[in-house]
Amino acid sequence: MDVFTDPENLDAFVSGFVWILKLTGASAVCALVIGVLLAAMRVSPVPVLRVFGAAWVNIFRNTPLTLVVFFCYFGLYATLGLSLSQELDVNIYWLGVIGLSTYTAAFVCEAVRSGINTVPTGQAEAARAIGLSFAQTLRIVVLPQAARSVIAPFGSILIALCKNATIVGTIGLVEASSVMKDLLNSYGNAVILIFLVFAGTFAALLIPTGYFFGWLANRLAVKR
Amino acid sequence: MSTSNVLYDHPGPRAKVRNAVLSVVFGVALLGLLYWIYTRFDQANQWEPRLWEPFTRSATWTQFILPGLWATLKAAGVGMLLSLAFGIVFAFGRLSDRWWISVPAGMVVEFFRAVPLLLMIFFIFYGVPFLIKGPVTAFWAVVIGLTLYNGSVLAEAFRAGIRAVPGGQSEAAYAIGMRKNQVMRMILLPQAARAMLPIIVSQLVVLLKDTALGYIVAYPELLQRGVNDLAANYGNIIACAIVAAVIYIVINSLLTWFAGWLDRRTGVRAFRVPKQTAPAGADSTPEGGATVSEPQG
Repeated sequence: MDVFTDPENLDAFVSGFVWILKLTGASAVCALVIGVLLAAMRVSPVPVLRVFGAAWVNIFRNTPLTLVVFFCYFGLYATLGLSLSQELDVNIYWLGVIGLSTYTAAFVCEAVRSGINTVPTGQAEAARAIGLSFAQTLRIVVLPQAARSVIAPFGSILIALCKNATIVGTIGLVEASSVMKDLLNSYGNAVILIFLVFAGTFAALLIPTGYFFGWLANRLAVKR
Repeated sequence: MSTSNVLYDHPGPRAKVRNAVLSVVFGVALLGLLYWIYTRFDQANQWEPRLWEPFTRSATWTQFILPGLWATLKAAGVGMLLSLAFGIVFAFGRLSDRWWISVPAGMVVEFFRAVPLLLMIFFIFYGVPFLIKGPVTAFWAVVIGLTLYNGSVLAEAFRAGIRAVPGGQSEAAYAIGMRKNQVMRMILLPQAARAMLPIIVSQLVVLLKDTALGYIVAYPELLQRGVNDLAANYGNIIACAIVAAVIYIVINSLLTWFAGWLDRRTGVRAFRVPKQTAPAGADSTPEGGATVSEPQG
């Protein structure tokens, strides 16, 4: 039972989860922005934009995140020399954010696109009939209605993103799963306790998030 | 809105010009970006034939990539079978009338859906050996981790599917004297499985991608053999990563295409799973009818 009374281990535990939360927060914002832009491209009248959006989604949705993160570190940083910070762990953190957000943006794009499909045709037709352009139709009429129906998928994506943040540990950021691995190796007599504490913290963070998004989606759902 | 072109009018002369201009501007910008990436690769000497030449040798494929691919497919195949079994058992468990079955089953499913796969693989690989006083192979660490996570996701999918079967089906089955067990097994599950088939297949894509996590516990799958080990021999990590990515993309695109084909083929089924399955659901089944798989690993 003395694993978590050692202040050093406790600090490692806290800083591991702080990294996870920071990764999740920054990547969620980037992925949301990129994903909505990609969705707008995929439904736009310009063929080049549509192809670009579709290519992004098909490439990143079908590549393992581990490989994407791996490429960010060994490709962008180690080989091409993209350095985002002088400090080693902050640099890995930003490389992880790049990997997580390019990957997650593909899923956000698909969620938004399926949300756009739930808006009745008449809405866009009426918008066009009063002379709104494509950008106006999308921005003023369609996306605000679609936003309400994508809350539930966004919840799933956010939860998956938070879990995926552990994968940044593979390129050397000492986040929660790496901390757990080290503790497992040094405290062989308390492995179940260690796992339950780390897994329980994730569950305590994510299960309420899931219910919150379910509640929000229900509350904001457009009754048709 | 099934077609996206309802969002804009059929282009007139001005819109055609504008779209053409936008196409050219964006196309040029895109080409510029690609050229910039090309020159950066060039500066880092990534286009040297020395780095790409190994892919023309048969030993590269027979010793590294194909064994890695086989290990990936083996872990994915075994994981899929086990997680289907896990999913069916826990979906039934959660729908049980006995609270002492349904509550623990629900807790197990919710727990494993909320815990990162990597955490489970680490626990099985580094923690469990202390408990069973013996080593756990990397293969089983990956497969059991995949089973617990994907099985829980599938359990929720099956449960949503079973609940979406029209009520008349089970009422009719009870009326002709079937027991609950029979109703579940013979009436509800076959119909639910058929309706959930696209979601099940797209979960297979997720599972296949997640096998790449095996790299972390040195399971010799595609990322480990085809990128890590191969690059250790030739120092061509970017070339290796690109080749491995192409292989993953091809396999997963085929699976996605298969899921879409199944969806179209089963389009005439008796019922469709409603878009919002659970009212207060932390359900993974997305809204909007599209099969947006959970973006795990």
